[in-house]
Amino acid sequence: MAAPKTTKVLFDPVFNNNPIGLQVLGICSALAVTTKLDKSIVMAAAVIAVTACSSAVIAAIRNYIPNSIRIIVQMVVIASLVIVVDQLLKAFVYDIAKQLSVFVGLIITNCIVMGRAEGFAMKNAPGISFLDGIGNGLGYGLVLIIVGFFRELIGNGTLFGYSLMPSVSLGGWYVPNGLMLMPPSAFFLIGVFIWLVRTWKPEQVEKE
Amino acid sequence: MEDLLRLFLRSVFVENLALAFFLGMCTFLAVSKNVKTALGLGIAVIVIQTITVPANNLIFQHVLKQGALGWLDGEEPATNESQAAQARAEEGDTIAPQEQSTPAGVTAGGQAGSTESGRFRFADLDLTFLGLISYIGVIAAMVQILEMTLDRYFPPLYNALGIFLPLITVNCAILGGTLFMVERNYDFTSSVVYGVGSGTGWALAIVALAGIREKLKYSDVPDGLKGLGITFITAGLMSLAFLSFSGV
Repeated sequence: MAAPKTTKVLFDPVFNNNPIGLQVLGICSALAVTTKLDKSIVMAAAVIAVTACSSAVIAAIRNYIPNSIRIIVQMVVIASLVIVVDQLLKAFVYDIAKQLSVFVGLIITNCIVMGRAEGFAMKNAPGISFLDGIGNGLGYGLVLIIVGFFRELIGNGTLFGYSLMPSVSLGGWYVPNGLMLMPPSAFFLIGVFIWLVRTWKPEQVEKE
Repeated sequence: MEDLLRLFLRSVFVENLALAFFLGMCTFLAVSKNVKTALGLGIAVIVIQTITVPANNLIFQHVLKQGALGWLDGEEPATNESQAAQARAEEGDTIAPQEQSTPAGVTAGGQAGSTESGRFRFADLDLTFLGLISYIGVIAAMVQILEMTLDRYFPPLYNALGIFLPLITVNCAILGGTLFMVERNYDFTSSVVYGVGSGTGWALAIVALAGIREKLKYSDVPDGLKGLGITFITAGLMSLAFLSFSGV
């Protein structure tokens, strides 16, 4: 019983039930931090860590949480974990942490974390909730990295700061598309991403 | 006065939380299917934002900021601890109980650590790392109060908002507003204006998007793009329009 369920819990959210593509959760930060690939990867790692740990902790104490104040309890658990992640990022990757600015703090309000706590961890054992958190974090991270990849490549002609398509200002041939670094392009990219996924898997199209 | 007006207009249009900073996207996309619900949620966000940003401003300016507790230094250290806890309880009586025990622990730690100066000083205390957890406590409590009020007095609105009311707690727009307020170090008056302004901007964006989506029902959208996909593209175009307010 355990084996197939484990893989299902872990990989279902990545493709079949992607938190961004299908559940419409956690989009806020997905758009704001994706102007560069390295920022996207750090953010994805932070979210995976917070989602997995908070799901496990909340699942472990789920039977002791009074129903009427469960949101505040979940918030406190998540907020504490985010503070830990925030301090760790500041200690080890200070430059990126500075660029991410308020958006690390905003992991608290990332609907994925809260959604998994409320929707899965409150009803399941800690181990499986941990995997569920990792799975959803991965699904989120995948989208984040795809969007970050295209925005940095098209907007700057670079990846991880290395120049792949030398831009005109540096004597190359590529004219960077500045719009890619602006907010609207993130909306367009995710829109197109959802379009592609749903063309691939037509059962995800919403019923009117 | 002019400054405040400028701040208000800027937070509504140029620095629109939804379209320029992508805050509160989850509810922004999910609850914008019709104008009526969107308006309800928009108003709820304005109310919450107007209350929480100034409330968090008070907490930041008078408790968490470095040196904010300096006025406690004149008295006996032994009573200081309980007074600090007392002050926190008064300022943020909505904060979860776990929280109130934390500063006492920090204080004790600081006292043990500062043997060199001989005596612990509140003026040196920097509690900003507790910021996130205090702000979210205030927000969660406010949302729960609003939820109970709506349930009691406006049941139709309560039913219409359904699951999304608790989700206002995790609405990034609310926490984002607070964090921007802290980052830019607004004083109390500015924080009130900023709270109202950013809430209004968000409400404006969601109502506008809902209006567009209502009309969109009559257009012929490619299959895979239906629903969420086209909503993203629409929001992108709106964001492009709002970009022009910043004068690019």
